[in-house]
Order: sequence, then C-alpha cells, then structure tokens
Amino acid sequence: MVDKAAIARQFIEAIPHANALGMKLTTIGNGEAGITMPYNKDLAGDPRTGVIHGGAVSAVLDTCCGAAVMSHPSAPGGTATIDLRIDYMRAATPGQSITTHATCYHMTRNVAFVRATAMDEDKDRPVATASGSFTVESL
Amino acid sequence: MARPRPEPMQVVKQRRDAALNAIVDGVPYIRFLNIGFDRRGDELTGVLNFDDKLIGNPLLPALHGGVTAAFLEVTAVITLSWEYFFPRIEAGELDADDIFGDESVRFPKTVDFTVDYLRSGLPRDAYARAFISRAGRRYASVRVEAWQDNHARLFAQASGHFLMPQPKSENE
Repeated sequence: MVDKAAIARQFIEAIPHANALGMKLTTIGNGEAGITMPYNKDLAGDPRTGVIHGGAVSAVLDTCCGAAVMSHPSAPGGTATIDLRIDYMRAATPGQSITTHATCYHMTRNVAFVRATAMDEDKDRPVATASGSFTVESL
Repeated sequence: MARPRPEPMQVVKQRRDAALNAIVDGVPYIRFLNIGFDRRGDELTGVLNFDDKLIGNPLLPALHGGVTAAFLEVTAVITLSWEYFFPRIEAGELDADDIFGDESVRFPKTVDFTVDYLRSGLPRDAYARAFISRAGRRYASVRVEAWQDNHARLFAQASGHFLMPQPKSENE
C-alpha cells in the first residue's frame, strides 16, 4: 500500500513558496496536518511593529489545509483550493513562529472540507482560523 | 483677484505617485512578494511580478494559493489605505514619507478574507483591482478581482472585511 503521508510530505516539501517562507511539516496523516513557519521580519506587514502580515499566515494555512486533504485515507492524490476563508483574531506576536493545524473533516468524491487554526507561542489564543473547500484530484 | 496658477500636472502626478510608493514600499511583506501598484487617476491596480518562489504546485506549475490570497489581500488593504490616507496627504495633514516613522499612523486591519479560486494561477505576472463596497467609520467591506492575460477571465476573486483605523480620542 502506498503511504499517503509520505507522498504528501514529499509534495509539500517540494513547494517553492513553502520553502521561501521556511515552512516545516511537523505532523501529517489521516486527514490532519501541522506546519510551522519561523518568524521572519521580511514577512512583516508593518515595519514599526514587525507583526507578520496576514497574507503570510494565509499562505501557511492554505498549505496546511492542502496537506491535510492529501493525507486523508480516501484521497486519491492531489488537491487545489476552491475556496478559503480566513478569520484574523489578533496580531501574531513578533519574534514568535506560527504553528498551524488543519483537519480534513469530510470528504466526498469531488470535494474535501477543511478547517485550520494558526497559533503563535500563546496556545490559548488563536491568531487566525481558516475554513475552506478543496478539490479532490488524482495525481 | 486672479486665481493662483494651478500646479503643473506632472508635479501633482509625481507627488501622488511618490506618496503611493512610500506606503507600498514601506511594507516588508509587499517587497517580499514583489507587488507594485499602478495608479491611473483614482484607480489602483496591483501587479504581482512573477518569481519562481511564488509557485505552489511545481507539477503544473501554478501560483501558490496562499500567494494569490496574499496578493488579493494586499491589494485590498493598499486600496483602502490609499482611499483613507490620500485626502489627508493632499490636504497637507500627513506626509507620506513620515507614515512609517510615526507610531500614531495606523492602517486598516483585516477582520476576515474569503478567496474564490476560479482557475489555477499561471506562472506569470498577475493583476488585481479592489472595489470598496462600503467604507464606514469603523468597518469597511472590500471586493477584489485578479486576472492574468485576459481581464475577462478572472483567476481569483475575494471579499473581506476590515477594521478602519480609529482616531486616538475614541480609544482613550
């Protein structure tokens, strides 16, 4: 049997933009994935505060959701985002890395439904949450 | 009494473009993605200059969905900020070059942002334009469209809500 998690890991680690942001896949399997992104002042949305721009947080959440879909037991292979909504709860604390966790909670033949959360080092207060739908594609 | 001679058009244009560039180039993440803005009168167009590091699917290849989302969000925030700061800059209340030196100048904050991916982003430049559906005193609602070769074939669209900067007195 093909190891879905291994394939997904290989795919995620080959994404140029994920590498440009320094993303690291921490967990993957059974429709769940975790990705961290280290703090980088080049990703700041305001040079005065050094707070990471929401767009960079979106990029990690999107990648993490895609990884969760690919690792789902009934996923045939690839995926692409159909729609993604991000809610921004608060500014991420400058200097801290962003940790995201995504769950693919339902999957049909054509569509995968995913939820994700982004945290900094304060694990009680989310920085952002995401919910989206993704395509289900064979590789 | 005769009216003072109006400023030459080029001087006005240069001043406005310089103000816009001061805002755009001041944001590290906008430089990281290499996004620029074209201004034609009051209309802004975001330009995402393609680079290999923006790829999300190397097999196709296609732009990363997160890059598309970020590009649309940056276009929304800059368009909203320009709309908010421009009258102040024109009135001489605010110097665009001082924005990032002044702790009290605040930008609109994203509350939520929803992106529809209509087709895959091709490995080339992309363009986006934001439309402010409503700009209230506290909240603003913005819609954004993005395209590549053909303006009629959007590759993504988005809509989001933003919290507008609040005057100091209301916070205290």
